[in-house]
Amino acid sequence: MSDAPVVVAVERPRRRRLGRYVAGKVGGALLSLGLIAVLGFLLFRALPGDPVTTMTRGRPVSAAQIAELEAAYGLDRPLIEQFWSYLADLARGDLGMSYTFRVPVADKIAERVGPTLLLVGTGTLLAVALGLWLGTRSAWRRGGRFDKAATGVALGLWSVPTFWLGLLLLSWTSGLFPSGGITYPDTPPDFWSQAVDTAHHMVLPVITFVAVVYAQYQLVMRASLVEELSAPHLLTARAKGLREDQVLRRHAVPNALLPTVTLVFLHLGLVVSGAITVETVFSWPGLGLLTFEALRGPDLPLLQGTFLVLAAAVVLANLAADLLYRVLDPRVRAS
Amino acid sequence: MRRGGVVGGLVLVVVALLAVVAPWVTDPAGLDVTRVDGPRLGAPSGEYWLGTDENGRSVLLLTWWGARVSLLVGVAAAVLSVGIGTLVGLVAAMAGGWVSAVLMRLTDFFLVLPSLVLAIALSTVLERGVGTIVLAIGLTSWPGAARLVRAQTLAVAARPYVERAHALGGGTVHVVVRHVLPGVVPLVVVNTTLAVGTAIVAESTLAFLGLGDPTAVSWGAMLRTASSTGAVTAGAWWYLVPPGLAIAGVVLAVTVCGRALETVLDPRLREPR
Repeated sequence: MSDAPVVVAVERPRRRRLGRYVAGKVGGALLSLGLIAVLGFLLFRALPGDPVTTMTRGRPVSAAQIAELEAAYGLDRPLIEQFWSYLADLARGDLGMSYTFRVPVADKIAERVGPTLLLVGTGTLLAVALGLWLGTRSAWRRGGRFDKAATGVALGLWSVPTFWLGLLLLSWTSGLFPSGGITYPDTPPDFWSQAVDTAHHMVLPVITFVAVVYAQYQLVMRASLVEELSAPHLLTARAKGLREDQVLRRHAVPNALLPTVTLVFLHLGLVVSGAITVETVFSWPGLGLLTFEALRGPDLPLLQGTFLVLAAAVVLANLAADLLYRVLDPRVRAS
Repeated sequence: MRRGGVVGGLVLVVVALLAVVAPWVTDPAGLDVTRVDGPRLGAPSGEYWLGTDENGRSVLLLTWWGARVSLLVGVAAAVLSVGIGTLVGLVAAMAGGWVSAVLMRLTDFFLVLPSLVLAIALSTVLERGVGTIVLAIGLTSWPGAARLVRAQTLAVAARPYVERAHALGGGTVHVVVRHVLPGVVPLVVVNTTLAVGTAIVAESTLAFLGLGDPTAVSWGAMLRTASSTGAVTAGAWWYLVPPGLAIAGVVLAVTVCGRALETVLDPRLREPR
């Protein structure tokens, strides 16, 4: 057995191993962040050939205006020089000026982070709770009527485009819920009125978000719990005289949660695409809607900013998951 | 599972046939906004079974023609994405050393990256069109296939008959093409099928965001106009339901078909009866 020496290992090597693990993960994340920065430059500065043509597509512009734009964005300098100044700006947190909003991109993004976190956070919590509950019930009575129905619904919702579900909800509940935005402009500014109004605006976006995202949690939880159910330690638990309910909650579910946690973080990209489509359908003023507004321009500096921020956020969340996973699962610590 | 797979396959064959024969069976003039005379946003009637859009075009005809772009993009993007994934996975498994390390690092990087954001970026900076959409979806959705193919290749390459082929003097290329690849192909086929579903949803999402080919009729583009011209808030459900149901139906058929194919090709996945 490869993990046998761990049993006799003394405190210091273990701590060193922890250090190496953390350093490896942090190093990997830093490398990813670097790659994202390079990709951001290649996509928005090098690939378009001429970003000004892309930005002014379909609009009449004079040669003087083009020259002015090129100078404003530093596009008249050599590419490698642009790259260095881009990196220097990035290090200072300067993402450039938005072309359509005429404000710094970083300010615009900072202003939109809150609503996205509110929507995605609420949605993800609900989706995880729903998915884990349904997955556990399906796996416990696998092959039964509940399992078949729940798995069928999950597969069906997974096949449906997010935005279509949102549009359907909008047309079905016409008038019951606001069709977009985060608050009505005439709501009193005190905390409670604002909170109630925001909650009212959140209902449809959150339902849409949950409907699309929960299926993956359910299917993963079901699969990993089914695998866990044949494990020998459950037989021991039953032999001890535990009730079925206790066997499930104390011995099967905690183990099955581990692979689920990994996959939940691995699929964060799906959460980001869900946020973009849901926010676009319901005009929720978050980063997703900002991405949509940026691509309509197209406002390349703004789109570059949202790309960098969303990608970096996913990488950092994954790093957090890797570090958390080591705390949760002693077996990872041993290997 | 098998019966579901057959039903799914039949649905796909029918939809594909309808998409192919559309130019001969229907009149393309019905798609030209200047040459149609239907009512604006008319409800379903004897003449227009699924009603009309904001320009008086038949929604049935639009949905029919929309299948062409959606299926074409879905299949092309899936082939491109699984193609890249297979190549990267094979090389990463067989090359070893720093080549493998770099390729897997790159795969993990792209696996984590939110693919829709990357696809949006690509289709914004490139020229609008069907080709760009295929490229944007294909270039952003390959990492999953790469990891699966790498794992399968490693498993196949460890089998004794591959060692025998090496011992008999087979070169790496010969061994990979004649002995390893046949063991990997079933997985690639299943993966391509499942990827078609994801690609169709991705296409409709990009078209909905306005990044599709502006001249082509596709299910995503129909939903975009339905939403942007206020048909949704006006209660024109006949404009909203058909393209969405078409996407959901085809994607579900592809998924069921792919999973059935998986159990046929890999007996270990069959549930014990």
